[in-house]
Amino acid sequence: MSTESLRIVWIYPDLLSTYGDRGNLLILARRAQQRGMPVEVLEVRSDQRLPATADIYLIGGGEDGPQALGAQRLLADGGLHRAVAQGSVVFGVCAGYQLLGTSFFAKGTKCAGLELLDLSSDRGPTRAVGELAGEIDPRLGVPALSGFENHGGRTHLGPGVSPLARVSAGVGNDGVTEGAWRGSLLGTYSHGPALARNPALADLLLRWATGAHQLPPLDDTWADRLRSERRAAVASAART
Amino acid sequence: MPLRAKVASSVSRTAAALSRAAGRGDGSVIGGWIGLKIDPDLLAHLSAGRAIALISGTNGKTTTTRLSAAAVGVLGRVATNSFGANMPTGHTSALAKAGSTPYAVLEVDEHYLAQVLEATEPHVVALLNLSRDQLDRAKEVAMMAQLWRAALIRHTDVRVVANADDPMVVWAATPPADPARGVRPPHVTWFSAGQRWHDDSWVCPECGSTIQRSGEQWWCTGCPLRRPDAQWTVEDDGVLDPTGAWHKVTLQLPGKVNLGNAATALAVAAEFGVRPVDAVSRLHTVSSVAGRYAQVDRDGRNIRLLLAKNPASWLEAFDMADEAPTLLSINARDPDGLDTSWLFDVDFAPLRGRQVLITGDRAYDLAVRLDVNGVPFQHVRAFGEAVRAVPPGRLEVIANYTAFQDIRAELDRVN
Repeated sequence: MSTESLRIVWIYPDLLSTYGDRGNLLILARRAQQRGMPVEVLEVRSDQRLPATADIYLIGGGEDGPQALGAQRLLADGGLHRAVAQGSVVFGVCAGYQLLGTSFFAKGTKCAGLELLDLSSDRGPTRAVGELAGEIDPRLGVPALSGFENHGGRTHLGPGVSPLARVSAGVGNDGVTEGAWRGSLLGTYSHGPALARNPALADLLLRWATGAHQLPPLDDTWADRLRSERRAAVASAART
Repeated sequence: MPLRAKVASSVSRTAAALSRAAGRGDGSVIGGWIGLKIDPDLLAHLSAGRAIALISGTNGKTTTTRLSAAAVGVLGRVATNSFGANMPTGHTSALAKAGSTPYAVLEVDEHYLAQVLEATEPHVVALLNLSRDQLDRAKEVAMMAQLWRAALIRHTDVRVVANADDPMVVWAATPPADPARGVRPPHVTWFSAGQRWHDDSWVCPECGSTIQRSGEQWWCTGCPLRRPDAQWTVEDDGVLDPTGAWHKVTLQLPGKVNLGNAATALAVAAEFGVRPVDAVSRLHTVSSVAGRYAQVDRDGRNIRLLLAKNPASWLEAFDMADEAPTLLSINARDPDGLDTSWLFDVDFAPLRGRQVLITGDRAYDLAVRLDVNGVPFQHVRAFGEAVRAVPPGRLEVIANYTAFQDIRAELDRVN
């Protein structure tokens, strides 16, 4: 953690914020503040330099054009690579997850990714739209993933990363695995405000950023109710 | 009209009447559906001989259609699909039901604009705005702008009335000229209705550069795309027309956004030769639109219904709502879009200090959002519970599409 406060950077909200992506920033900031941590939030637009000294970097979803442009600018900027080398936490969602890999497809063209995660993405036969659920890698100590996905990509994991979850509903990477993580980098197809339904995942990112083994528990009554309701909805859809 | 079209039109009217009589709906879709089965060109046949305006965009279509129909009504009878049935089946039903009218003003779902342009050969098309709306099924914003643009290049004789404040609309309304093939861009009249929501137009649809904003102006930093000068603008509580004359607009509908819709309606009517001075008083006759803005008195509470379907329209709803107890209701059924992520695109902070109640199928999604937003709330299971939970006086209800219809049903399908 930086010396005085937890610094969270939201990367390129002008390009990569398709649907509620701001939620992840708001949720992390609030959960840190509720634990008494001072928080500094930076929204860095694509025409600005990326600071290399933040604790957590968030990359959201986006349409093809903005995704390709975002990847180009992040490669040219180099700030995120320096931050990762210093051990910063990165959380990528949907298009933001794909561009952490070696390559992805946008508007029918193969684009170079940031090569921060050992994975590559191409186009699937159909668009994956709907509830996404799965058991998260037990090493992360986080309960099941609950989310909504909306993407046309399929992602192939290399040996340098572990899947975030095993899919029980939806498609994720390929219908079997969903998302990926390595060190303090984590990506998911659970789009938009993914942390709203997964407060434990938010706390995992906060623990990675602060080095804390445990964080004081918060009242997650409403998130828990939302998770149960979604679990029941997914189960009921599976029966019909 | 060919015989087949006459039969189709008559059957369509009968089916609509039967649907209403059977209590199965308001008949605004089923009649058109049956009519189109008998004569696939029925919409084109019903459009022939009418001067037509189409109104499309993400938000404000239904209200602007109602206001435009009122304004064009200065000239004569106007057919219109005022129940918000805005796909070709709805247009067919509306025209068949209206019989022969010299004018028609039709609200068009933005996905169907190309198809309806083709079928109805309108005199005017009004392009209101494009923003994120039900992305799990709708086309992405840039793709929608591209579809509009491609449709307009095939109909360069149509008069376009378009929003100068929305970069996506401006780009869609100004396809490039191609003199070699005799293609000239359509004539555009620009209006300025303001735009509170900017998050879908930071990237230029023409060249991918950043779009800069300063006050009401916007411009692309990489190509010539920029805000055109608007001929129709909102000023104070009225509308400035292209001659510079100001017309006071008194509406029964709340909010600055509806003043913008009124400016649009006056611009549409002007394309038919209606003088704003003649049309402006007619706008006051529009009180509520398919339940939107309707007020119902129940148990000492004055309940007002506001529809908000996507982030841009929630921002407008907060602007319209009084500082009063507020019920928010959210569903995520097919017509709403199945994804509730957009809740995090809305800043609910304006509701702090008001008594907030929440309900609907997806109340828990809203609960988590409000919690993060620092807005205290109370969850209620049913609409009646919300009414009992607030003191006598105004209760503002803001709901998305099917949640709105559910509450409207509780209030005897108020219009």
